[in-house]
Parts: sequence; C-alpha cells; structure tokens
Amino acid sequence: MTVLEILTIPDERLKQPSAPVESFDDELRAFIADLEETRRAGPGAVGIAAPQVGRFQCILILDVSKTKKPVPNHGHLVLVNPEISHWEGYEIGREGCLSVPDYTGNVIRATRIRLKAQDPFGNPLEYAMEGFEARAAQHELDHLDGLLFIDRVVSRRTDLFRRKVYQK
Amino acid sequence: MSDWRMLTLVGADRPGIVAAVAKALYDNGFSLGEASMMRLGGNFTIMMMISGPGDAEGLLAPLAQEMGLRLHLFEAGGRLHSHLAPNVQVRVHGADRAGIVAQVTGALAEMGFNILELESDVAGTEQRPVYIMHIEGFCDRPIEELARAISNLGELSLDVSPIETLIG
Ligand SMILES: [Zn+2]
Repeated sequence: MTVLEILTIPDERLKQPSAPVESFDDELRAFIADLEETRRAGPGAVGIAAPQVGRFQCILILDVSKTKKPVPNHGHLVLVNPEISHWEGYEIGREGCLSVPDYTGNVIRATRIRLKAQDPFGNPLEYAMEGFEARAAQHELDHLDGLLFIDRVVSRRTDLFRRKVYQK
Repeated sequence: MSDWRMLTLVGADRPGIVAAVAKALYDNGFSLGEASMMRLGGNFTIMMMISGPGDAEGLLAPLAQEMGLRLHLFEAGGRLHSHLAPNVQVRVHGADRAGIVAQVTGALAEMGFNILELESDVAGTEQRPVYIMHIEGFCDRPIEELARAISNLGELSLDVSPIETLIG
C-alpha cells in the first residue's frame, strides 16, 4: 500500500467535481486501500475523499469511531457513489481539512442525514447518520462536488448561537 | 517575512475604513498577516499583523487623523502559522451585572484554561440587558471538572462543551 500525495489549496484541481464509479474491480479496491493508508498517515483525519489525492471519482472513507469523546457512529465506512437523500436540522461545528493546512473554521451542517452509497463491490448501502458522523459525511461529500469547508465558513459571531439562546 | 508589527486602529465606524487602510499599506509594499476587525459599540476596531519596509506609522498617521482613528503600532514579535486549536467552549448568558467576566474567567484561569478567543455582547433591552459570552480555549482538565468549577456563579446560564475539530 502507498501513502498518496494530498492536494492542498490553492490547487485548482480541488474544485473539480468527481465522476461516479462504474467498475467495481480490484484496481478500485487497491486504490481504496491506498486512500485509507493516506488518511491514517494524516493528523487524525476522520475522513478522506478520492479527489483529495487527485482521483476524481466519487469515493470516500469515513471513520469517526475514535474521537476523544465517543459519538454515535457506524465504524469504518467506505462509501462509493454516496448520495445524501435527506437532511434535517442544522448546527455549527469546527472543521479543518487535510487539503487546507493550518486553518480551522466554523461550518453549519445538517444534524441528521440519510445517505445511500455502494460498497467497494457495488453492493447497496444505506445509513442514517447524526452529529459528528453526519458532519464528516457532508464534509467529504463536498469534496466530490469540488467544494471545501472554507467555501462554507461562517463567522464565529454568527447569530445561530443567539437564536439558540432565545429558543429556551 | 518575520518582522511582524501589530497595528491597532480604533475610531467611530464609517464605511471605507478597511479599504483606505489596506490600500495605503498595499501601495507602500506592506503585507498583511492575521487580522481581527469588528464593530464594538459603534466604533470600528482593527487589529492586524503587518510587515513591510519603512515607517508604517509615518505612512498611516495622516490617514488615521483624516478618518478619526486612533493608531497604535508596535513590534509584536509574532509570527504566522502558530495557531492553537481550541478544545473547549464555554457559553455564558444571564442578566447583565458587574463581574460576570471576572468571575467566569477567574474560575477558568484557576483550572489552567487558556482563552484563545472571547466574544461578548450585551443583548436584550436597555431595561433588561442580557450579557452573552462565548469563549473558546484550550484546557487539559476534564470537561466535568471545568463545568463544576464555574457552576456556582449565581444566576448565570453556563454551558461547557468540548470542541472536536473535524479533520477530513
Ligand atoms: Zn476535507
């Protein structure tokens, strides 16, 4: 297995949308193994998307099972051709990115999502995710659309917090 | 570039302050580093790292005078790429009274809590002002201990929660 080179901003290729995977073959699975190796080599990344290593196909890996404070999760996931079919709620959380060194920012994401995808053999998958895992999935799916979290950063002074306060 | 100076400018808010300051610096070969700019109580405040050739104070003084800004400039000795990631956030709100910030931050300091960012505001009405404060910082003590340390500060609503930065 190989640790692949991660594209970092301002690399224009990070803006390129990815294409669906059509052949679920050994080459795909070998790439996924390299992608996982690359994720693990980074600084505590809970996810990685294929375009981050210059392969513009809809493939991503998620694993939020090892956070400091445990969060609801489905363990280690390889998601091919993922699509979010349902969004619910919204919340602010802090994000960084392997492709954006030395910067973190607050981003609004849906609290709960339902997601369909395929496994590395083309079998259908379906998950209901919430909280941190849902956030990670949305962050990685953005990469497949050529979007980075810095395209979505909100001010720390955003009024979401105040609205929450007054809802009590 | 390592000779960063910290520039602060404060004055009655009006449109065009940032553009005028940035243009003067740019036209004279200065670089801008990290900056925080914000309207506080009708004043506009600028704190900005600048680096460049020559007498920045002499350059900016006439502009500051013209725009009614107080200027302060000093060798800060700071540098870029030295971010610290916060791992705890503290939210406070309650009827405004003297001593909220002193009490909350005093209790946090006793726990070795390093404040990386603090924003506070007075909401509500003039008759019933509500103080709202949001603190982000780093602390290696458990959340429960921190929460206990600030739990008996009167009528305040206090929330201590972890910040798990998502890297993906
Ligand atoms: Zn990312």
